[in-house]
Amino acid sequence: MARFPKPAEGSWTEHYPGLGTGPVSYADSFTPEFFELEREAIFRRTWLHVGRVEQLARAGSYFTKEIAVARTSVVVVRDTDGKVRAFHNICRHRGNKLVWTDFPQQETSGVSRQMVCKYHGWRYGLDGACTFVQQESEFFDIDRAEYGLVPVHCDIWAGFIFINLGRVPEQSLRESLGPMVTAIEDYPFERLTHRYGFRSSVAANWKLMVDGLQEQYHAPIVHRNQRPENFDAHAAGFEAPHYQIEGPHRMFNSPGIRPWELPDDQIKPSERLVRGGLFGPWDPPDFFADTQVAGMRPGGHERVGVALFEIWPNFGIQLWERGWYHTYQHWPTSHDSHIFEWNMYFAPPRHASDLIAQEMTAVSLKEFALQDDSLIETIQLTLGSGGLTEFPLGDQEVLCRHLHKTADEWITEFKNRA
Amino acid sequence: MTKLPDQFSDLEPFAATWCLPTEPERWARRQESSIDEMRQLYEAVFSRYEAILAYVDRFPLDDMPEEARNLIHLTTSFVMVSFPVEVWNGPRIPDTGHATLERAISPAV
Repeated sequence: MARFPKPAEGSWTEHYPGLGTGPVSYADSFTPEFFELEREAIFRRTWLHVGRVEQLARAGSYFTKEIAVARTSVVVVRDTDGKVRAFHNICRHRGNKLVWTDFPQQETSGVSRQMVCKYHGWRYGLDGACTFVQQESEFFDIDRAEYGLVPVHCDIWAGFIFINLGRVPEQSLRESLGPMVTAIEDYPFERLTHRYGFRSSVAANWKLMVDGLQEQYHAPIVHRNQRPENFDAHAAGFEAPHYQIEGPHRMFNSPGIRPWELPDDQIKPSERLVRGGLFGPWDPPDFFADTQVAGMRPGGHERVGVALFEIWPNFGIQLWERGWYHTYQHWPTSHDSHIFEWNMYFAPPRHASDLIAQEMTAVSLKEFALQDDSLIETIQLTLGSGGLTEFPLGDQEVLCRHLHKTADEWITEFKNRA
Repeated sequence: MTKLPDQFSDLEPFAATWCLPTEPERWARRQESSIDEMRQLYEAVFSRYEAILAYVDRFPLDDMPEEARNLIHLTTSFVMVSFPVEVWNGPRIPDTGHATLERAISPAV
């Protein structure tokens, strides 16, 4: 029995008629050829989230981001005027990687007044200007003003730093995010600065992992054992109260479980004890108490615990009703592998009990994520045979259908353009 | 030399093993522990949880005496073993093969 009404067309899928209702091809998730096209057609054209402004706390703060799918490394810095800038992480002299620590393929961060090449000592200011050439007189008519770092388009929305590797971005960041996504910008991201970060190397195509997060049809099955036996709210399966698609982006709401409203025999004893668990710390931060962000519930449902916004191509923001959020990010490394980054953001803890509730949340989410991660790798193993390429997707998988259609459209459009 | 405040001497036998400041250390200890070892820690901390909170919440997080900090680390180990004890009946999550998820960033405690 439906717990939530569906659109007038009879289903979420048919509400977006371009999606079709037939089986969906997953050839985009196991073929090297498709992945090679994604590099240019998707990842060098779109705005990519690379970090939060809190990571650049003061002038000279920097971090690097390895973007294997675009075969590049980017360094993001806060300059002396407070402006956040991004540059290709490459020395203008002979192409040495400019900013790195010990392991050239690993990301790094820190605070510095300038960037100095490890090879021949060329120096660059935080604004990217070349400020020093070692033995400058040995060069021929060199004008340092022409040898600044190569800038990368960089913009900020709601404290999230994005870059765009295109020569000229096809849209501004705000245009590309669109009204559905920017409607959540009043969520108090800037006050939720207590960060827990996870990282995983996943042996699966990046889109399979996005699929695993943007449908909860699997949740009552995969995660069924993680609750006491008496907890059977999931026995009837999963239904989302609302799905929405806008351009290449998509979102859904979950009703969310409110463990603080459940009887004792339906909840993990330790979760009740520390007042925190899979659905977050039970006690919202003081400043969050009356916060209502309408954009979190675009369908207008009163009882919505969670909202996941999947921002094309590889960034997810999941908002919770009690004042915390987490982000998903997928960095493809090949047709069948990617780096998965998962950051959880809480209010700074008032005292140790807040901290322990946050820790319980981070620990619980990891238990679930490892199950998802393992299953996603299993899908890749079997998809790779190529024996089956088309699969039926249900209405609770409407966002998966949209993701694969979007990827296909961007590749097709790019090919046609070329 | 004890690690924990005097009034938590009953938890002291767990301190050498489980007062671990980082999640990767706690995760590793969980993987190499038996369900009985984890259950003993779980039950000991569970029964003293209210007293633990009353003690540690008296201190500001940025100025925590060493014994209180150790007590928090012990409690986060209790958090780490809660799924093994309450749900999995062992250190491993079933059907997770060799999937990994490394805690790369943790707030300092």
